[in-house]
Amino acid sequence: MSLYDRLSPAVKNIPSSGIRRFFDLANQMEDVISLGVGEPDFVTPWHVREASVDALERGFTSYTSNKGLPELRAAIADYLQDFHLNYNSEEEIVVTVGGSEAIDIALRTLLTPGDEVLIPEPSYVSYRPCTILAGGTPVGVPTYAEDEFRLTPEHLRARITPQSKVLILCFPNNPTGAVMTEEDLRAIAEVAIEHDLFVISDEIYAELTYEGRHASIAAIPGMRERTVVISGMSKAFAMTGWRIGYAAAPADILNLMLKIHQYTILCAPVMGQMAALEALRNGSAEKQKMVDKYNQRRRMIVKGFRDMGLACHEPKGAFYAFPDIRSTGLTSEEFAERLLQHSRVAVVPGSVFGEGGEGFIRCSYATSVEQIQKALERIGDFVKTLSL
Amino acid sequence: MNTSLKLQILHLLHENSTISHETIATMLNIDTETASRLIEQMEREKIILRYSTVINWDKVESQRVTAVIDVKVTPQREVGFDAIAERIYRFPEVTSVSLMSGAYDLQVVVEGYHLKEVARFVSEKLSTIEHVTGTTTHFKLKTYKFDGVIFDDREDDQRLVIAP
Repeated sequence: MSLYDRLSPAVKNIPSSGIRRFFDLANQMEDVISLGVGEPDFVTPWHVREASVDALERGFTSYTSNKGLPELRAAIADYLQDFHLNYNSEEEIVVTVGGSEAIDIALRTLLTPGDEVLIPEPSYVSYRPCTILAGGTPVGVPTYAEDEFRLTPEHLRARITPQSKVLILCFPNNPTGAVMTEEDLRAIAEVAIEHDLFVISDEIYAELTYEGRHASIAAIPGMRERTVVISGMSKAFAMTGWRIGYAAAPADILNLMLKIHQYTILCAPVMGQMAALEALRNGSAEKQKMVDKYNQRRRMIVKGFRDMGLACHEPKGAFYAFPDIRSTGLTSEEFAERLLQHSRVAVVPGSVFGEGGEGFIRCSYATSVEQIQKALERIGDFVKTLSL
Repeated sequence: MNTSLKLQILHLLHENSTISHETIATMLNIDTETASRLIEQMEREKIILRYSTVINWDKVESQRVTAVIDVKVTPQREVGFDAIAERIYRFPEVTSVSLMSGAYDLQVVVEGYHLKEVARFVSEKLSTIEHVTGTTTHFKLKTYKFDGVIFDDREDDQRLVIAP
């Protein structure tokens, strides 16, 4: 056995991301309009950037407490109350390096080898690998366009086994834009309680809910004790590059997550934390402006797809449309690749998001109105060539 | 409800005056007829005065000169500042006139193709108007941001082409 053959088989066996290949393709081409980006097109509001610069000038360059700045945790606790979530900022909140770290440490805390993790799919690409790295076994639970990609208790029950331990929820959803109403969540909560499941609720897109207000499963009676709520600054406040997320959970869970966090990360970067504090304290007006703009573009892109003859369910959250391209007779990967090569529009094939994603493409509308209009024209022309 | 709708329409048009009524309607979740009706109404009411474009003239006309002139005047009985403002804004080289609080009364913006042209306007036309008691002329050297638009070319999209 050579030196490198002895590298971790668990890591080697994780399939590389399907997004990667598209990225390489798109990256070599000129004049590409990208609807493939999973982050806001807005730059972080200036008052937030300015606060971070000020913090640097004042010398905030050291470690913070492992859990994060106490003022920031207090601001997060306040903020979560908007969603009827009550967490003690001293005991039940940890500031993480993006929502991503929170997902990782939550899974590592909740899993023992052999446990199964239920992942509604299509979904964000990191839940499966993080589950595997934490010693668990990912089990996809399909969601369907007919249900507007909401998770139903029936489909969930069908995948539950005696090994099932954790359910991951990501609503509003990347890539489908699906949201779960409080009523939808109650039905899921019932199943979770019946089978004594833990829930990791990734609510990073909570603010980007366009009809009514986001509902969190942790606010449903009997769920708080078994739920880790994950969110962060990235999507709502256009702060992806700052890498500031957080997890909120009962102290019994959070203290274990904190152990991993303190030995692997120590603390989230202080300048990011200072920026997050400014965003939570004074950022709601700017945030609302961005949400209103996403909503306008959302209506435009959905109508655009429907006008060109592609079925498109109404995405009620996040910033993705997930049109159905099955009528073209192409697989989502073929569609995306040809669209890129013929029409220079980058989208992400639904198949990379797991079971049920095949036959759909993810189109981010976190880009300017002008770009969306141009992209829609190009996609429309491309679709016409297919139906000839 | 119409007031907030009108505001939203105005913001969209202000951002991009070439946007179609149909697109506006889609973005605001109303029908095209309603959008057109409200826009026509606002045109009639002179809320919408012109469909304009923000242009970085520095890139096309290097000779262009813009002066911002602080004008002190003695207000007149009955008509206050309005009559003097009108005498000033009727000159075609004047692009904007505003009544200000503070150290001076009217802010006048004048555009010309030469420094001397603007200087002549101030000394011959503006200063000689009755009730004008003083002027201070500032020449604009560079525009960084105008009407909410940053004129710098650096603001490219920094994001990766595709990201999860």
